[in-house]
Amino acid sequence: MKSVVGGSIHRNAYRDSVELMGIAAQLEQLEGVQRAGLIMATPANLAVLAEAGLAEAAPPGAGPNDLVVAVAATDRAAADAALARATALLAAGSGDPEGSRPTRSAETLGEAVGELPDANLALISTPGTYASAEAVRALKHGLNVFLFSDNVPLEDEIQLKALADEKGLLVMGPDCGTAIVGGIPLGFANAVRRGPIGLVGASGTGLQQVTSLVHRFGSGISHAIGTGGRDLDERVGGTTMLAAIRQLLADPATAVLVLISKPPSSSVATRILESVRSSPKPVVVNFLGGDPAAVIDAGAYPASTFEAAARLAVMLATGEASRSDASDGSIGAVEPEMADLAAQVAARLAPSQTAIRGLYSGGSLAGEAKIVLGAILGHDRHDRILDLGDDEFTVGRPHPMIDPRLRNEHIVGVAAEADVAVLLLDVVLGYGSHPDPAEALAPAIADAMALAIASGRHLLVVASVCGTDQDPQDLQRQERILAQTGVMLETSNARAAMLAASIAAAAAPTARPARLVGAAE
Amino acid sequence: MIAGGGLVHDGVRAVNIGLAGFADPIRAAGAPVVALDWRPPAAGDRELGLLLAWLEDDPGDRVGGAIAAANGRAVERILAAQPALVDVRLATEAIDGLAGRMLLHSGPPIDWDAMCGPVQGAAIGACLFEGWAETPAEARKLLDAGKIAFEPCHDHGAVGPMAGVVSPSMPVAVVENGAAGNRSFATLNEGLGKVLRFGAYEDAVLERLRWFVSTLGPALSTVLRAGGPIDLKAITAQALQMGDEGHNRNVAATALFTRTIAPTVATSLTSAVQAEVFTFLRGNDHFFLNLSMAACKAGLDAAAGIDGSTVVTAMSRNGVDFGIRLSGTGSTWFTAPVGVPDGLYFPGYGPEDANPDLGDSAITETFGIGGFAMAAAPAIVRFVGGTPADAIGFTRLMERITLARNSAYGLPSLGFSGTPTGIDARRVVETGVAPVINTGIAHRQAGVGQIGAGIARAPLACFELAVRAVARGYGIGVAA
Repeated sequence: MKSVVGGSIHRNAYRDSVELMGIAAQLEQLEGVQRAGLIMATPANLAVLAEAGLAEAAPPGAGPNDLVVAVAATDRAAADAALARATALLAAGSGDPEGSRPTRSAETLGEAVGELPDANLALISTPGTYASAEAVRALKHGLNVFLFSDNVPLEDEIQLKALADEKGLLVMGPDCGTAIVGGIPLGFANAVRRGPIGLVGASGTGLQQVTSLVHRFGSGISHAIGTGGRDLDERVGGTTMLAAIRQLLADPATAVLVLISKPPSSSVATRILESVRSSPKPVVVNFLGGDPAAVIDAGAYPASTFEAAARLAVMLATGEASRSDASDGSIGAVEPEMADLAAQVAARLAPSQTAIRGLYSGGSLAGEAKIVLGAILGHDRHDRILDLGDDEFTVGRPHPMIDPRLRNEHIVGVAAEADVAVLLLDVVLGYGSHPDPAEALAPAIADAMALAIASGRHLLVVASVCGTDQDPQDLQRQERILAQTGVMLETSNARAAMLAASIAAAAAPTARPARLVGAAE
Repeated sequence: MIAGGGLVHDGVRAVNIGLAGFADPIRAAGAPVVALDWRPPAAGDRELGLLLAWLEDDPGDRVGGAIAAANGRAVERILAAQPALVDVRLATEAIDGLAGRMLLHSGPPIDWDAMCGPVQGAAIGACLFEGWAETPAEARKLLDAGKIAFEPCHDHGAVGPMAGVVSPSMPVAVVENGAAGNRSFATLNEGLGKVLRFGAYEDAVLERLRWFVSTLGPALSTVLRAGGPIDLKAITAQALQMGDEGHNRNVAATALFTRTIAPTVATSLTSAVQAEVFTFLRGNDHFFLNLSMAACKAGLDAAAGIDGSTVVTAMSRNGVDFGIRLSGTGSTWFTAPVGVPDGLYFPGYGPEDANPDLGDSAITETFGIGGFAMAAAPAIVRFVGGTPADAIGFTRLMERITLARNSAYGLPSLGFSGTPTGIDARRVVETGVAPVINTGIAHRQAGVGQIGAGIARAPLACFELAVRAVARGYGIGVAA
């Protein structure tokens, strides 16, 4: 049989003979390899090679500290392949590192990337003090960042986003509560259907409300990218929102874009609207409380509430709305059914009861409620909407979306306030939120109602549940528990605020009356 | 890697850092997640942690790219080292700049007044050995008067265990790194008991040194000339598979060395000298230590001076301070006070008698053997009450602060994976994992000798200073 001898030498590379024999045995398993020998080139070992007919594999001058690989193969290619394999096996060590490796979890980002070399996203929820360093590390490793941590200095955010922009990466946050990327929920996200609508939002509960309502309206979400609340600040410049818009415009799974934020500074708003001006995809813009004119001018669709944004997006995605449709630029068009209901329940109130008290766990939902109330009732009133998730309430206490105790104290406290007619609540479901929030709130709500009755008043409670039937808490179950407690439920926060405002308007007829559909203008 | 269309096109493969619960829905949705067992980096120092993050490897970035490339080169040079013992000569002939009344010592620079007992004792012994003084009192007077110059061994390509005192007339091993052509030097190991390196200077100590000059040095020189250079890397590689770790256990390497020279000893030396040489080697399990140190020094010096590199090229102690050098920061020492090793003591001694950790021998750990190769020498962990599993654990732990594995030094108990090599000062600070060092323990008084052995950890403060210096070099400023 034809035989080609090949050899290679690794100078000054000592290996134990047992290891070398093991590698030789592996080489002999290779296609076309007849014999293989790996030796330290001592005179005795060279003699062994010669006996095996492999003498020519050892170059002249090979000494006892040199490792010689010798193979006999059916052809040159097989011999070369075996030599290359030997080099790889020598470099790897012959043993089984898995077997001897104790399991130890990664403690640094570098170690984690070692375990998951194609990682592309870091979720960071460390204390804010350390979050910037982790985010820098993540970006330098080529990872996008979901930065849940708050208390990250503004200068750090500016630097992080500049670095991300340079690298074509996204920094969602800091203080980013939620995102959904290709169906994968990040942070406090709701379980929603996948679909054609892509969101970018500076507001966590705003994104949750819109994604949940899109799901409720039968459509679905391609991606929902959070930017963090300060992204549209003049100094940050909307870096993340602009990058996310670029990605969604290029994303084949996204047919309609929805942008959500408080009104940005005018220069940032201009930049963002410019970026969608010639978009072939419809873009719905909800700059909560902002001026719709600039949005319309950019060829986008203004939406004044989260619900309006969700509804419009779904209609655009299904082709039920088009550019020629008038956009919803105003709030406060109360349906007659809702006005009737409001008048009916307002009749039960005591004369002292005129004010609305909102106790919110979602900051953006609280913001939306204020805008709706302002639009319907004007601003010269004693309504108070509290965001109990604000730093002022959460220092040393868990967030009310996770732990209802803080809000329960406030709910019971409201019963003692003689001027409160309506208690307005949000209940936010989804990953990360309390596992059964309605059940946790119900006793406090019942107590508050009973206390009011004992004082000769009737406390009306209006709420909406932000979530879906696929959420771990189950939307239907949560709504059922609240309804059984006597809460008046609406399907969105905007509608709940409208109902509360309508009740307040009915209770205090001297105030500006609620506008009826058709009589609005 | 960055996908062309950004995150939304790429799917999610996540690393979760912080709240553990955030990983669950991602995993449930079918995306891969690695959850970090996170703790604040740099022991909770926010500014230092941030500075480290900006120094992180990143091919796309000026700083991160430069550091990664510099470290790559440094590690390559360490791994490529081919140290061979080429000669034994008098220090003054072999070592540049060692002349006149000058002594080299271990560790970072230190003045006579500040030196610990063993180093002072060794300096007195060296003065007597050189004939600069007739009596210890006279020697002390010279030293007090500042008549003797001191410089660190490390500044002269040399390394010395414990006190590390090298005087001009001592024979030194000359090691050449065949890969880079540089040379390193170490004194010949004296054995245990009353020895100069522990600060003893009685007659027997000086007698042995004189015998080194008259007999052992010339004998080894003759053998090397006749038999050719001795490959120290090959001996170390074999010894690591025989229970040595190249620092505190050298019995296998010493035996291999003895076997290697034996044929040439037999043919090139008189029988009387043969007997003396072999008798000495038989009685000195640590003879190879100094050769191991010089071999490591030769490899690490070849990796020194690479601009911007954060690879550690020296760790050493003078009995007062621990000092490190990085490849990218030239000859600057970053120092912190050094503590007493944790270990076992000979009968009659305890930690109160111990000198703070001492010697250039941590060059072995810097090269990735010694404590870093503890898995090769489970016997060593018994000094701190450890088990063979602990020995493997130490080597595994060192993998967290090193950049490569030296496949030339395979460790049987780790499936022949190589010793963890190339300490990255950034990793040390980030993880808070201090390099582990196997060491002998000296009595704090000159001349008493070794009183125990154990394990020391390098002070993290040295590495913090070094990292800050590198950052300044790159113009990344955080107040120290």
